[in-house]
Amino acid sequence: MSLMLEPSPEQLKEQQVYKEMGLSDDEFAMVEKILGRLPNYTEIGLFSVMWSEHCSYKNSKPVLSKFPTKGEHVLQGPGEGAGIVDIGDEQAVVFKIESHNHPSAIEPYQGAATGVGGIIRDVFSMGARPVALLNSLRFGELDTPRVRYLFEEVVAGIAGYGNCIGIPTVGGEVQFDASYEGNPLVNAMCVGLIDHKDIKKGQAHGVGNTVMYVGAKTGRDGIHGATFASEELTDQSEENRPAVQVGDPFMEKLLLEACLELVKSDALVGIQDMGAAGLTSSSAEMASKAGSGIEMNLDLVPQRETGMTAYEMMLSESQERMLIVVTKGREQEIIDLFSKYDLEAVAIGRVTDDKQLRLIHKGEVVADVPTDALAEEAPVYHKPSKEPAYYREFQTMENDIPAVDDHKETLLSLLQQPTIASKEWVYDQYDYMVRTNTVVAPGSDAAVIRIRGTKKGLAMTTDCNSRYMYLDPEVGGKIAVAEAARNIVCSGGAPLAITDNLNFGNPEKPEIFWQIQKAADGISEACRTLNTPVIGGNVSLYNETNGTAIYPTPVIGMVGLVEDIEHVTTQDFKQAGDLIYLLGDTRAEFGGSELQKLSYKKIFGQAPAIDLTVEAAHQAQVLTAIQKGLLSSAHDLAEGGLAVAVAESLFANQLGAKLALTGEATTQLFSESQSRFLLSVKKENKEAFEQLTNATLIGEVTNEQTLEITVNDDIVIKEQTEVLNKAWKGAIPACLQK
Amino acid sequence: MKFAVIVFPGSNCDIDMYHAVKDELGCDVEYVWHDEKSLDGFDGILLPGGFSYGDYLRSGAIARFSHVMKEVIKAAEAGKPVLGVCNGFQILLEAGLLPGAMRRNESLKFICRPVQLKVENNQTMFSQGYEQDEVITIPVAHGEGNYYCDEVTLASLKENNQIVFTYHDVNPNGSLSNIAGITNKAGNVLGMMPHPERAVDELIGGADGLKLFQSIVKQWRESHVVNA
Repeated sequence: MSLMLEPSPEQLKEQQVYKEMGLSDDEFAMVEKILGRLPNYTEIGLFSVMWSEHCSYKNSKPVLSKFPTKGEHVLQGPGEGAGIVDIGDEQAVVFKIESHNHPSAIEPYQGAATGVGGIIRDVFSMGARPVALLNSLRFGELDTPRVRYLFEEVVAGIAGYGNCIGIPTVGGEVQFDASYEGNPLVNAMCVGLIDHKDIKKGQAHGVGNTVMYVGAKTGRDGIHGATFASEELTDQSEENRPAVQVGDPFMEKLLLEACLELVKSDALVGIQDMGAAGLTSSSAEMASKAGSGIEMNLDLVPQRETGMTAYEMMLSESQERMLIVVTKGREQEIIDLFSKYDLEAVAIGRVTDDKQLRLIHKGEVVADVPTDALAEEAPVYHKPSKEPAYYREFQTMENDIPAVDDHKETLLSLLQQPTIASKEWVYDQYDYMVRTNTVVAPGSDAAVIRIRGTKKGLAMTTDCNSRYMYLDPEVGGKIAVAEAARNIVCSGGAPLAITDNLNFGNPEKPEIFWQIQKAADGISEACRTLNTPVIGGNVSLYNETNGTAIYPTPVIGMVGLVEDIEHVTTQDFKQAGDLIYLLGDTRAEFGGSELQKLSYKKIFGQAPAIDLTVEAAHQAQVLTAIQKGLLSSAHDLAEGGLAVAVAESLFANQLGAKLALTGEATTQLFSESQSRFLLSVKKENKEAFEQLTNATLIGEVTNEQTLEITVNDDIVIKEQTEVLNKAWKGAIPACLQK
Repeated sequence: MKFAVIVFPGSNCDIDMYHAVKDELGCDVEYVWHDEKSLDGFDGILLPGGFSYGDYLRSGAIARFSHVMKEVIKAAEAGKPVLGVCNGFQILLEAGLLPGAMRRNESLKFICRPVQLKVENNQTMFSQGYEQDEVITIPVAHGEGNYYCDEVTLASLKENNQIVFTYHDVNPNGSLSNIAGITNKAGNVLGMMPHPERAVDELIGGADGLKLFQSIVKQWRESHVVNA
């Protein structure tokens, strides 16, 4: 039926139908030149999704090429489903982060759920067993019903998918700022474990080998999802609801178990998730990477709806599907394996040697295009870049110390800022314990899971302070990586590598493109200094609502190796009598700080400065102290500064602390200077610890269940732990009850 | 003693149950796929948590029709210990091995957290290792753990001492009479929403669940020494 409605190649060109699919006039001309003829409707559909920013990185490639991607432990860098890092003993860790921002803005539950489903498939398509999930979320301020709805539904969607499939959601971050009001960010990260021998790639080798389709059937959901993800959101975006996919975590659980059984079979040649751009990207990329071609008969594709056209099947983003290539003649083994899980495995095509993606539907060739043209030859744009006027202005500003009358009240207010407040309301809904390996649960600096059968563990975190990023994307980029590493170190891990999710506005605006470039410069420099290569990631551009961009938000997902699980450390003070130290210098730095936002309802000025050499030295000192067993607790100083970090350290064990500081009170308490750690040490370890670091002794943990802080001998804060705890814990539930 | 961990499509705490009995108790244990037609040779049956059949329709409603459930019922009738945790408990309810039903949590949200339980009856084969009225910490992780039954059933549960665990202080899900775990009348089938298999190692947050598994093994050993 709908086949009749498809425009002819001539109409496509004359009526510029390709523009609705996101292709420019020049891009259409390129396609025409590549094919040596006019493309038909199906073919132009293939090009439009494969050349979307989401699939081709056509706008971000020049920036991504700056990232350091190699390292002695890196087994797989960017380009496959997920990156892989060696952790010794013939084992490796596999991880990646990916965004599902636009779908979540329109349909938050399914948008978030399928974001989780997609990133899990990326990890098990490498042959790895997914062992942990994290996320990084951004919403507007919790003061409108729409934002509260988005927040509640996104959390429910993440929980609904992760809990059902049985992979613990162990960590992440949630921040709130007006810039995300119409365009929330939903980034999901998955971490997997693999034995070296099981590593699989998405490559279609071996002419004559069989291309098989496994998993759920194809429906009309998610058509042009990748294109939709590469446009700005507008008031009309609601109409794109059909471009949002629907998730089925039960189906994915079956697919996961079947695929992990499959990777043990030597009949398997290659495997790739049908994620963004579904059947199109998986087939074109697998063939292109192997230097081969693929021919598929679309009549054989398992279909959930009747009368689907070739265009619809190729562009569908129905979930829980994989494309695999198996040795010719061994198809039945694969069919039998999948049928144990009540899943379909259907031979739909074969590997060819002509480097063409050829599609047959109802006896006719409906598309015949070069795989490299789809997968590799998208145009690359070097967008114009321009330093924004705001940045120049901010750089000329002196550091301003917000006026504070009552430091105790200010601390209570800071603890109630949703970005700082306890996220228990969120992680209480995530099954963070399933698989019984979670050693450090959500709520501390980085989550830690043990690796069964070894004494090792994996520490993991996601981080990005987008306010610093907005003030100064280069410095902000350095801080994002440094903070992630600081969190890993505080938990007892040595940082291994990162995955990044570059969330920005419209790159066609020169000021936005400048933000992307500068952030990438900062991230790259920090990755080089801290020896954490980028092993993969995702780019999400066009995060704008009606022309207003989000704060630049390149989220850093980092994994570290804990050599001995006995070294695992948390942020909580452990017992009265322990000495409290501050490592790192405190300067008056309030640009983009939580206190600045609280005081002025806006942010301005310079981001906190960071010296990566100092950062690396401090991290090394803390990790050594942890490994020598000298620390009772370790916590990085972040939003809200020292006072917030100390308060957070009191809650788990309901302790108190007495601190004596000198200098300017507001700066000492609330400045967000970088490269600082709050450490507690048993008295008997005092000498050994002091020999190792140049940290300053600032106080002692007490049994009094009161936080008392003096500055220059004047008491500036004295409050019961319980009062602080209630403020911190109750803030988000209180916001949601409005 | 040899345990079977029943695996339904969508079970996801099977591996945790397996490791709890194998690593911490040193018992023999095997996974048994849902379409197996015999449980001969197994001395204890463990139904793990998860989302069998996606929990579509209703938790446990589809799993009860699996081939293996006929065998689970036979084992229960033969007096073998049968433990259902979380989704396993829901399946035991649906299969009629235990009375009552599960509703969605009162909050309508999934909850995952350690909770305190009170041992209401330490005279069962599952709880004899605990003190009577002992308060223990075991995690819950569920969206439908709000136990319900009619008044007659509740009276009978109380009269027969079938309520083994109750939520102490805080009832996380709205369960009737704070019920967290119940047995059948014979006392050899236990269903509970909290996860004892997640509390077998201090490293992962506590070991209060160990005694439950130790109790089962102790009972089995004693009964087999007597019989020998």
